[in-house]
Order: sequence, then C-alpha cells, then structure tokens
Amino acid sequence: MIYFDNVSKVYSSDSVALDSVTFAVEPKEFLSLVGHSGAGKSTLIKLLLAEEKPSSGNIYFESIDVHELSRKEIPYVRRKIGTVFQDFKLLPHKTAYENVSFALEAAGRDDAEIAADVPHVLELVGLADRADHFPHELSGGQQQRVAIARAIVSKPDVIVADEPTGNLDPLNTWEIVRLLGKINELGTTVILATHDKEIIDTIGKRVITFKNGRVVSDDKKGKYRL
Amino acid sequence: MIFIHIKRIVLGSFVSFWRHGVVSFTTIMVMVLAIFMVGSLILFQVLLTSTLDQVEQKVDVIAYFKLDAPEDDILQIRELLLRTSEVNSVEYISRDRALEIFKDRNSDNALIASALDELGDNPLGASLRIQAHSPGDYQSVDRFLREGGFSSIDKVNYRDNELVYERLALVLSVARQTGLGIVVVLGVIAFLVVFNTIRLAIYTAKDEIGIMRLVGAANWYVRAPFLVEGAMHGVFASVFATLMFWPLTLWLGPKAKSFFGGPDLFIYYTQHFGSFFVTLLLVGVIIGVFSSFVATRKYLKV
Ligand SMILES: Nc1ncnc2c1ncn2[C@@H]1O[C@H](COP(=O)(O)OP(=O)(O)OP(=O)(O)O)[C@@H](O)[C@H]1O
Ligand SMILES: [Mg+2]
Repeated sequence: MIYFDNVSKVYSSDSVALDSVTFAVEPKEFLSLVGHSGAGKSTLIKLLLAEEKPSSGNIYFESIDVHELSRKEIPYVRRKIGTVFQDFKLLPHKTAYENVSFALEAAGRDDAEIAADVPHVLELVGLADRADHFPHELSGGQQQRVAIARAIVSKPDVIVADEPTGNLDPLNTWEIVRLLGKINELGTTVILATHDKEIIDTIGKRVITFKNGRVVSDDKKGKYRL
Repeated sequence: MIFIHIKRIVLGSFVSFWRHGVVSFTTIMVMVLAIFMVGSLILFQVLLTSTLDQVEQKVDVIAYFKLDAPEDDILQIRELLLRTSEVNSVEYISRDRALEIFKDRNSDNALIASALDELGDNPLGASLRIQAHSPGDYQSVDRFLREGGFSSIDKVNYRDNELVYERLALVLSVARQTGLGIVVVLGVIAFLVVFNTIRLAIYTAKDEIGIMRLVGAANWYVRAPFLVEGAMHGVFASVFATLMFWPLTLWLGPKAKSFFGGPDLFIYYTQHFGSFFVTLLLVGVIIGVFSSFVATRKYLKV
C-alpha cells in the first residue's frame, strides 16, 4: 500500500537525509522505523506526506505517485494518513478539541459525527478534561496526546507516528503503544518511528533500521540493534 | 455540504478574529489610518475642485459698447453669444446700471461724485460680461466679437488680459493634475502600508497554514477564513474612519470654507454621508481581502 522506490533526499551536498531507500509496506502491517538521531526517519515521513520533494526516486501511496499529485489533490491523500508529528504541529489558536475536530471539518464530515467522535478519542488519550485548553496551556506530554488523538480520529487507512512517546512518562508510553497495537489489530496500517529500544523489543513486529539515510536492515520480527 | 463549509469558515473566522486579538487590533488601526487618508484625499479633491471652479468663474471677458449703441443690438449680440458652444453665461449691464455700479464703488470719493454731477450726462457705455466654460475658450469668444462685424462694439478687453487668461488656463490644469497626482501617490502609499501590515500578520500565521495543509485541508478551506478576516478588518476600519470625519469636518469645515471659499466640508460630509461611507467601506474591504489573498498564496505551497 506504501512503496518507496529508490528514494534519495539531499537537502544540500553535506546533508544527505535519505540515500537510495527502497521498501514496501503492506496493508495492516505494523512497521517500526529505527535509527539514530539524524538518520532520516522524519524526512521519510515528510516525503510520504508530500511536505518535501524527493531528490530522486518515487513514493507510492495505494499505487498513486504522491509527487505527481497537484496541490488540489494532495489533501485527499493526507486525509487517508493520520500523522503524529515529532513536533506535534498543533494549531496554537485552537483548543485541544478544535485541533482534533479541525481535520474532520476540513474533510467535510458532518457535525453529528464530529460531535460524537472527538470527545471519544480525547477520552481515549486521557484528555477529556482538557478539551477546552489551548496548546500553550498543556504539558508537552498532553500536547503529544492531542496530536495522537488528531491522527486517529478520522480512522485513516494508515497511521504514521513520529516519536509519539518522546514526551510521555512510562505509563502513558505504554498506553499509547497499546493503543497503536489495538488500532493495528482493527486493521489500520501503523508506521512508528522511534529510538526507544524497549518499545521496539516489546512490539516484536517488523523493524527497518536506518543509518545515515540508508536502510541497514529490514527484519520481519525485529529487535532494536544499533 | 457547501453550507456546512460556509458555516464553518464564517464561524471559524469570527473565532480566529477574536483570538488573534492584538494582531486584529493592530491591523485595524493601521487600516483606519489608511482609510482615513483616503477619505481625506476625497475631501481634499472636493475642496480643490470647487476652489478651482470658483477661480474659473471669476474670469470673464467684457465687451464695451459705444455710447449710442441701441439696446436691441446689444441684446441681439447677447443671444448670438449664448448660442455658441464656448459661452457659459452673458450678463447685460446697461448704461444706467453701469453708472449705478460706478457710483456705488466710489461713494466715499466726493471728488468723483462732484465730477459726475458736473458732467450731467452719463459718460459710461453699456457692456456684456461674458463667461466661457474654460479659460482657454476666451480667445475664440474674442475672435467672434471682433470678426463678427458688430459696429456698435467699442472695445473688447480680451487683449489687455490675454496673457493672464493663458497663464490661468495653464495654472488651473496644472493644479488639477497635481491634485490628482498627490491623491494617487498618497493613495498608493496608504495601500502599501495596509498590504504590508496584513502580509506581516499572515506571516505570523504561516506555520498554522502549513499545519492545516498537512492535516488534509484544501487550499481554499485554509485561505477562506483569512479572506473573511481581511474583510472584517476592512469593515471595522472603514466604520471607524468614517466616524472620525464627523468631529473633524465639524471643526475644520467652517475654517476651510473661510480660507478656500469652497463648500463647508461638514455639510458636504453630512449630505454625502452614504456614498462617502460606501466608498471607504469598499476601499477597506477590497484592500483587506486582496492583501490577505496575496499574502496567503506563498504559505499555501505546503
Ligand atoms: N530542512 C532541512 N534542511 C537541511 N537539512 C535537513 C533538513 N531537514 C533535515 N535535515 C537533515 O537531514 C538529516 C535527517 O533528518 P531527520 O529529521 O529526517 O532525522 P531523524 O531520523 O528524524 O532524527 P530524529 O530522531 O532526531 O528525529 C539530518 O542530518 C538533518 O540535519
Ligand atoms: Mg525525526
């Protein structure tokens, strides 16, 4: 369903973020992307969302070449991918509730559906009592959970989570990992980028390891090994 | 579907207008200044045009008739003059009327009064005071009077003032053009100030625009609230600016009237309140929407 075909991304001659990366993600897969800081994980996600253009190679989502799409068509792909950004990317002038509901509104979902789903996911990430708070009134971990709620609320085909537990305490971390696992069991593809050895070793699913922008291993039942 | 979107956009714009508090307020303040300037330029134009019109009306050519010219001849020439396209009005001053004016003007000069009495007879001829539509037309009026073969005409005073008429025609047209030039230049400056203020305001929202795009919002859905906000800024600013002219013209109107001799600006303001406000409103809304449209363009490329 997602296919990276010989993708390279060179920001500048001394900053090669991805180097000839090729891999495919099957529907319903749970894939972890592992690598040191600066290995190129976030860049990979930016390329998938067409936020950045690859220097060479092609990226396919459901057999559509993402970078062939016009600016008008790109939103339709993005709506099928729920993304948790490493830097959260919450809208500062919107409350937690509005941040979660925004994408649904933009996609034209009806009011009744939004009114039912948003409180439900906020409950799921444990933020029901913070719904009316603005991002600057929330802790880092709470902001991260709002970002997760936003990614899952539209029931997308794929969830891409970039370091979604970076700011969470162990208890919350496991809650989120369990949540992602459950979403995956219900049929959603999950792509998780992380440094966290413990998480990777516990999940026991496919792991792709990156080093300096290159794929160094791709194991069906992976362990963290760097 | 469309209605849901419109509802969400309008509602979202109001909320965001409110939450952007300081930015909205600053933008409106700058727009008030700019729209106020546009309004001042309109009033300036009104004042200038009417002042120049008045100067133009003070200019005339006078045809003096011989003492024995029959009144019928004079009135006939008057009719002929009125039929030409250059002439705006012709005033007939009879011999008696001329004497009356002369006496009036010199009422405090005993010497002249006694000299007139001594003469016994009225020494003044009748005349026609001719006003053309523009100073440049007097030459052809003069030619008409001289080449028409009117034997009863004694003298036309055009020659004496020929240079003055030409100069005046030039000065008036330069004054009109300069006035227009000032209006255009200041108008452009006002526009640029507002445009850049809005650009700056939207620059601060560039990350938000990027985020909205990344979570799957279409370009128009991201952009529309900014356009609505821009229109709202324009509405508030133009209402404010229009109201500011109330005390200002009330205070300045009579002063300007006595100085320039033009119309009282306060009376102009109250009489043209509707069209004045609508003009400023259109200026404000168009600048607001246009600037927001251009400013969001760049950040929507995500
Ligand atoms: N906009 C950019 N311009 C130039 N270089 C960039 C840019 N974005 C990323 N890079 C470089 O690309 C490389 C990969 O960065 P990326 O953010 O993908 O790493 P990462 O694997 O997500 O790291 P982390 O685990 O710290 O998030 C880094 O060396 C980084 O310096
Ligand atoms: Mg990263």
